[in-house]
Parts: sequence; structure tokens; C-alpha cells
Amino acid sequence: MARKIISERFDKKGNNTLEGYKSNGGYQSFDKLFAMKPDDVIDHVKRSGLRGRGGAGFPTGMKWSFVPKSTEKPKYLCVNADEGEPGTFKDRLILELDPHALIEGIIVCCYAVGIETAYVYIRGEYDYPIARFTAAVEEAYKAGLLGGNACGKGIKIDVVVHKGAGAYICGEETGLIESLEGKKGQPRPKPPFPAVEGAFACPTVVNNVETISALPWIINNGAETYASIGTEKSTGTMLFSISGMVEKPGVYEGEFGVNLWDFIEECTGGVKGGKKLKAVIPGGSSSAILTAEEARNTNLDYESIAAAGSMVGSGAIMVLDEDTSIVKALEVVLRFYAHESCGQCPPCRDGTYWLYEIVNRIRMGKGRPEDIDLLFSICPDMSGRTICVLADSAAIPTKSYLEKFRAEFEAAIDHANPPERRLEAGGVNPEARAL
Amino acid sequence: METTATTKFEYTPENEEKFQALLPKYPTKQAVVIPALWLAQDQNGYLTPEVMDYVARRLEQSPVSVYAVVEFYTMFHTSPPGQHHIQLCRTLSCTMLGCEDLQALIENKIGIGPGEKTPDGVFSFETVECLGSCGTAPMMRLNNRYFENLTVEKLDNILHACKNGQDPAKVED
Repeated sequence: MARKIISERFDKKGNNTLEGYKSNGGYQSFDKLFAMKPDDVIDHVKRSGLRGRGGAGFPTGMKWSFVPKSTEKPKYLCVNADEGEPGTFKDRLILELDPHALIEGIIVCCYAVGIETAYVYIRGEYDYPIARFTAAVEEAYKAGLLGGNACGKGIKIDVVVHKGAGAYICGEETGLIESLEGKKGQPRPKPPFPAVEGAFACPTVVNNVETISALPWIINNGAETYASIGTEKSTGTMLFSISGMVEKPGVYEGEFGVNLWDFIEECTGGVKGGKKLKAVIPGGSSSAILTAEEARNTNLDYESIAAAGSMVGSGAIMVLDEDTSIVKALEVVLRFYAHESCGQCPPCRDGTYWLYEIVNRIRMGKGRPEDIDLLFSICPDMSGRTICVLADSAAIPTKSYLEKFRAEFEAAIDHANPPERRLEAGGVNPEARAL
Repeated sequence: METTATTKFEYTPENEEKFQALLPKYPTKQAVVIPALWLAQDQNGYLTPEVMDYVARRLEQSPVSVYAVVEFYTMFHTSPPGQHHIQLCRTLSCTMLGCEDLQALIENKIGIGPGEKTPDGVFSFETVECLGSCGTAPMMRLNNRYFENLTVEKLDNILHACKNGQDPAKVED
């Protein structure tokens, strides 16, 4: 069930160094890579079925093919290492433990798309991953893998490590580009898409760390081999960050198509302390929650999780046990999005604030009888009405938590509104009106 | 233009060298704003209007565009943080695994709430959203280092070490 492609070398000592990486089979893809024409590399990646591992799951080869072939402008690669979706902590491991795989993948992408400069945008809090990756980049320059005559092939490939400064929204691809350009990380309306007009108004590929790191294996072992792993539409493997109420949280690599709960149980040893499972958040805190029953009856691949009404997202699985309050969990999730809204679109700026405020008052025992309907009525005014999907990231969990665990919200509200104090009984609950 | 600042900020020779090395890496000067602010903050501890003006001037940007950037990002400080700056994560996995007990300990032990600094300047404390360390929750970032798999006892020892001038990193192992 567990199959290692990305994490193959994670536990090998010294793998973060160039020498260690080479002795573990790294930097082996160049003979095959440079024997292909750039367009054939794009085609190769298309045939592998590789999809973006940052959250959206967009086919990587197709994304590359949107970059115009004949352009006077320079082209850029932005590697998204702004890992910020709550529950996600896997790119960090690649940067720390297998940094040269990312560099090798960058070389593959730059050669295929004709890119000379790659910016690796790493979130500012990741001091240690930044240090490890920066050291690897320096080694790669010294070894002639990067620079003016990269890999001795007469092509120029520069890698710049760019440190973020603390803003979740910079993980959104156009927010990242704005931030890279030295501005507030406020997403841009699309179109134009980054492939046509991205960083510095030039064609830009934005790919997640894990996506890029999968490329050397795909070149080495062939697109068809990669495509034969997983399911027909969800090919290959993915790193799943599993956290919350499990015995052994951590990053586990798995092949797509396995049963979701079986995978979690096998990797982590199941729910912490032998408690009962209440719910699973399968793809980061912006994904719809799954009940215990749904988690047991769903497979772990893009299509199956979508059919269950949620998403694979960034592969951030969070497990909630029987003692976890769903009301509290939603409150914490919404606090995050209210805090991280960049503020440019009113439906998001105000919507995330009010969703949080209302769930907060329910949790504080000050909920009003109409609050559940009120929350439901706010969500459609947010979804699809903003420049980026941050508003949806708050609205989607809100709807799913309310739909699947309505009784918990009702119980909290009923507790705040005993019958004798309700309006229809002629009573007023001053506390419930305080907010 | 008149200036009321009493100290003049400029990069140290070492940082000047780093600043010069940044310029050719980006096609515009504006793109150097954030890396240049990092250099300035690392040198000065926090960003005063004078420091921000300096960065703006060096990169030929309007001061207000630099202020806007500083204001937007949570990691830039406009007032001096404590000697030990605590960033306690309180997002979902950390909450499920007890970050509220850790917050209570910090508030009781060193007597400051989120956004505050002790009068002696030893500690400052803020609660933050997800730091990408959910598999080792609950966790905090203390200055530039992650402290993971925290318990109330472990945090207590770390705070003690900080107070007594010892290396908090050594507590963990």
C-alpha cells in the first residue's frame, strides 16, 4: 500500500548533500532528459499523468504546454514552497532531506519549458529547510549543474531561493507572484493566467515542490511506468501529511486508489489512545470534512474523494476523534481563514470574519437559534465571488461541518437558549444577544 | 525634508555585500524589497520608519509601497520583539493536541498575553496560524527555531532555560 517514490531517500543519511544524493541514485536523469527534445519532455510528463501536488491537482504537463513557445520575453519557474494549508508539512521534508531531487526536477522543468531562472519561494518560517536547500543550491552551482552552462549543455539555469515573510495567501499562485515582485501578496484576477503573463509580466510556470520532485523519477523510469501506478486518472504516488488524533502522525507516501481509512490506519496505527473515529479532513483544512463512515468507504484518489464531496488537496489528512468538538474544530479552521484573508475582495474579507464570529459565539455558548441558517446563507455569497479561492476555503468546510454534524451545533445553541428564554416564549436571552 | 531620527541606519559592510548580490537575481528593483527588508530586520532587530525609508531609497521605491509590504506580512516587526520571541501555533492539529494548555502556561508563567512583551524585554509572545509542523503538534517557533512535540513540562523547561540565559535548544534533547 505504501509505495516510495518521493520519499525513497528520506531516511538515507547524508542524502541532503550532493555526494550523498548521487550515491543514492540521484542526478541520473540527465542522459535520458537531454536525449529528448524539450517538447518531448513536456509530452512525456503529460503521458505520466502527473498532477499538481500543491492542492489544485492540475495536470502538470498540460500546465507547461500553456506557456507560449515563441516569445521574446524570458520565462520563469516559480517553485511553490510556501506550504501553508493547515495540516500540510510534506514539502518541508523534501527541502530538508532530499533538496537535490528538487534541483534535479527544476532542471527537468527548465529544460522542457525553456526557462532560465527558477525562483523557489519558501515560507519565511522555514529557517531550517531554507538553510538546507540553499546549501544544496550552492553545491549544485559548484558542480556546474546550475549556472551559465548548466549540466555542461550550454543552457542557462539559475535557481534563486526567495524567503517569504509570513502570509498564507502567498501560496496562491498569483499571490506568490505578486509577493515575489515585492508587493503585498494579493492574488490577481485570471486571466491572464501565469503561463501567459505571470512573474514580471512574463510567461511563468508555478509548480509545487513535490510536483517538481517527482520529475526525475518519471524521466528515469518512464512516463508509462509512473502512469501504471495508482489509478487511471490519479497516477503515481503522493505524500500525505497525517496529523491530529492518531498514534503516529507524520508524512507517509501512498499510491492512489487505496482505501482512505485503511491507509491512515496502516501508516499511523489508528486513532490515538484507542478512541473512536469521528471524522477525517482529507485534503487540508479547506476541504470538506468526511464522517467516519465516509472515510471508511472512500478511496484515496482525486476522483473518489471528489465523489465523496471533498478533495485530495495538498494531501493534508487530519483525524478527529470522538472527543473532538466539531464546533470548536470549525471555529479554529475559520479563525485561520479570517486571519489570512488578504482583504481585497469584500465577500472574503467580511465573509470569513462573520463565519468565524458566528461559530465563535456558538462555541462560547452565546449562539442564537437562527445562527445555523445564517451561516448557510452566508456561504453562497462567498463561493465563486472572489478573485481567488480563499473565500471558498472557508465556505466549503462551514457547509460540510454543518451538514454532517448539525446536531452538535444545535446542541450548543440549544444550551445557550433554554426554552423559557426563547423569543417565541416571550423571553429574551440577554446573553445570547450580547454579540 | 526634515528628519527626526537620531540614529542613521545603513547596512553593515557584510550586509551591503549581500544586498549587492541580491540585485542581479531579480529583473526589477521592487522584487528586491522583501529580501532587502529581511537583511535590514536581521541587522536592526525590527523595522523603523527610518529603516524602511532606507530600503525604499536604495531600491528607488516610494516609501509608502515599502510600508505597505511591511504591514502586510506577519514576520516583519515594527517594534522590537523580546530577546526570546515566542510564536505559538494554534491551528487545528495543535489545538486538538493541547496548544491551549501551552498558552495558559505562557500567560501564567511569564505573565504576558498574545501581542505583549515582558517589561524586562526578555520575552515577547504571539499566537500564530499554522507553521507547517502539524505532525509534531503542538509546537512553537522560538526566535528562528522550531520546538516540536511540546508538552506543558517541556515548555516549562524551555522557558526556564531562556530566563536563566541557557540555550533552550538543549532542553529538547
